[in-house]
Amino acid sequence: MPLSIILSRALSALLTLFGVMVVVFVLVRVVPGDPISMMIAPGATDADIAALRAHYGLDLPIWQQFWVWFKQVLQGNLGTSISMKQGVITIIAQRLPATLELAIFALIMAVIWGGFIALVSTAWRGTWVERAIDNFNGIMLAVPDFIWALTFVLVLGVLVPVLPISGRSDPSIDAGLATQFYILEGLARAKFAFVWDVLKHMLLPACALAFPLAAVIGRVLKNTMMDVMVQDYITLARIKGLSSIRILLQEALRNAAVPALALTGVQFTFLIGGTVITERIFSYPGIGNLAIDAVINRDLPLIQGLVLTFGIIFIIVNMAVDALTVWLNPRLRHA
Amino acid sequence: MIELSRRQLLQGGLAGMLLGQGLGITAAHAEGSTVTIAFNVNLPSWDPTTGLSAVNPTIQAIYRSVFDQFIGQKPNLEFQPGLLTEWGWSDDKKQVFMTVREGVKWHDGTPFTAEDVVWSLERAGKMDGGNPIAFIWSKIGNFKVDGNKITADVLQFEPTLFKWMSFLTGYVMPKAYFEKVGAEGFEAKPIGTGPYMVDQFERNAFVRLKANPDYWGGKPAFETVVFKFVPDATSRVAEIESGSSDVTVDVPFEEYDRLKSKDGLAGVVTPVSDIGMIFLNNDGPMLDKNVRMAAAMSIDKKAIVDKLLRGYATPISTLEAPEYAAFDPTIVVPYDPEKAAELLKASGFGPDNPVKFTIQTTRGLKPKDFEMVQAIVGMWRKVGIEAEIEVYEIAKHYELRAADKLAPAAFYNWGNAIGDPTTSTGFSMFGPSPHSVWNTDDLDGMIGPLWGEADEQKRIDGWKAVDKYIAENAYVIPLIQYQQPILFKKTIKVTPNVAGSPEPAQMSPA
Repeated sequence: MPLSIILSRALSALLTLFGVMVVVFVLVRVVPGDPISMMIAPGATDADIAALRAHYGLDLPIWQQFWVWFKQVLQGNLGTSISMKQGVITIIAQRLPATLELAIFALIMAVIWGGFIALVSTAWRGTWVERAIDNFNGIMLAVPDFIWALTFVLVLGVLVPVLPISGRSDPSIDAGLATQFYILEGLARAKFAFVWDVLKHMLLPACALAFPLAAVIGRVLKNTMMDVMVQDYITLARIKGLSSIRILLQEALRNAAVPALALTGVQFTFLIGGTVITERIFSYPGIGNLAIDAVINRDLPLIQGLVLTFGIIFIIVNMAVDALTVWLNPRLRHA
Repeated sequence: MIELSRRQLLQGGLAGMLLGQGLGITAAHAEGSTVTIAFNVNLPSWDPTTGLSAVNPTIQAIYRSVFDQFIGQKPNLEFQPGLLTEWGWSDDKKQVFMTVREGVKWHDGTPFTAEDVVWSLERAGKMDGGNPIAFIWSKIGNFKVDGNKITADVLQFEPTLFKWMSFLTGYVMPKAYFEKVGAEGFEAKPIGTGPYMVDQFERNAFVRLKANPDYWGGKPAFETVVFKFVPDATSRVAEIESGSSDVTVDVPFEEYDRLKSKDGLAGVVTPVSDIGMIFLNNDGPMLDKNVRMAAAMSIDKKAIVDKLLRGYATPISTLEAPEYAAFDPTIVVPYDPEKAAELLKASGFGPDNPVKFTIQTTRGLKPKDFEMVQAIVGMWRKVGIEAEIEVYEIAKHYELRAADKLAPAAFYNWGNAIGDPTTSTGFSMFGPSPHSVWNTDDLDGMIGPLWGEADEQKRIDGWKAVDKYIAENAYVIPLIQYQQPILFKKTIKVTPNVAGSPEPAQMSPA
């Protein structure tokens, strides 16, 4: 990719982030709910309340508050959480790995599942198999992730209790890890029993997040593959005597993957957003669960930090998808 | 003989199926001396004396496991020696005296001293120190230590001082350790003198505590306690029903009734120091006493308790629950819809010409809060009150209340775990308090002198008179005292706590 395009994308990303900062900063201050009024002691005087407001810098005009925060952010400081009394960066750094591992696990599941149903329904197109998959896909797509989450809690957590329904690992296990990347570090340090426990805890929330995404991937990939299957080069491949499986995997899937990939990137950002409710239901200690507490407590520095983090994730994901799309599509590469 | 539960069997089966080997890790909960509690709130901070979490009554169950209070409190709200074995006022109420318990150790093994008590009180009393109850702690100073005896000057007489020593922010903190590690270091590795020590803390997931073998009150019954943070009520039901947790609290009453008779489970419901009420604002239609009285008398609280809350609440007529010091059973606001209609008629209102105002409420913050308000609005409609319901978030309630901009009626809940009338009627009804809604001189004139009343009997009688006056004028509409449902495995004995959530130190194997 030419340097000018990379610079242009980077500039665009920075502008987007700045926009996110402005919007979230203003939004959390204009919506009802003042953090100071939640902290007022019963015997507080007006002077005490004013002092408290000044302590958190909330006595300044909004634009001045933003300027103070903006300068802090440029220095790599997102401020201190009002409710948790720790640095916002420290708190997010502790919780972000949990969400990333969950989201990536869910993405892998969605891609595998979505790809599988697309391949099967393309291979058996026009038969009852395709219709059955389409119907099942419709259900997966229609049911939102939090309904899947509640369903899994009740079915696989209570009725047939095969999997844990809360937390990220068994509280009785001392893994002794140095980072919060439980799976990565666990694998690297050969703590397989612990990794297995983490995967068990992650499976239900990951399924809840993956199901709707898998349905989207499956549907788009299948439609694109159907288009591809009537192309001349597929007919040529058949004439050459290539097997159906080989045509499907090597010719059709390869060419149909690009639109599905772009869509997957967009949908992945929705999946990250979906972690907020899903993590809450499964008491999963990621930034989604943290975000709900931050909003309940009107913890302005933490809300701002979390939204900024989500914004950075979205931008990185979109840039990665753009790069992958270009890499996979020769026409774009040479454009 | 090895016994496998259905869960373990299925876990092992799934593990074997997926990995081809028995790597399933069985949970340690409910086994041996571990108790796992599916808790309804997260723990934001380990400092029990500053910030938002310090004034959250529910979280005190965790704080009280790790830290000790100056003065202890029994599950029925009675006071008992804590880290202070004796306390009191001088005869002229110009000094306080405290005797510090000897032989106590901090979790790091260092001895607990009177210096820790003095430092904790001085730190708590700094108005810019972040302690939300600093206005209480700042009323004593000039501490003097002589061995394990402490005396201090009374800067301003505060009759509830010692009561607060067993409640919100009334914890003794480790002076030397805190000064050494600082606030962030304390958050990372907190220590106290309490029955349990922090073993592992994963924010938003769980905290694992281990028994303090040197605890001055004797080693607790369970070796390990796990608080799982499960804020979603459905998930808490699933936790207890699936056997993943041994104890849980605050599940919906329907689920409580379903699960309490399930094999292996038991339940208890106990009244707690938390009430539901309707704030009235001295504005618009609420300036008419007939409207206020009619609004209060047309609410059938018993029907609300029986039909909406399945009997799990106690109707109240004042802001004092039966366990509180100033509770007066003779004050009763009757349910009398005919009288309510008469009062409204006298003011020119009726079903065909209703008085109109807005009532604000949260939805889902407390059990059946919105449904209760819906029912009340229905009862009001029959006598000639047309109220429009506005649902808001609790954060907006605080903002509006602080700015004195609440609607004419606003549903809210109010806790008071020290049981003193200052903390119930006082802070909610005294005009100058930032938490009051009704602000009129007549009431403030009655309440004002009671804040510094040194004669305890006279003080309590004074608050009872205030409560009677409030009821006669319907300056607020008290509705119910909440009851807390607790579900637990039959293998565990749980002692309910009127102050809030049950504490692990009050649990033992059955």
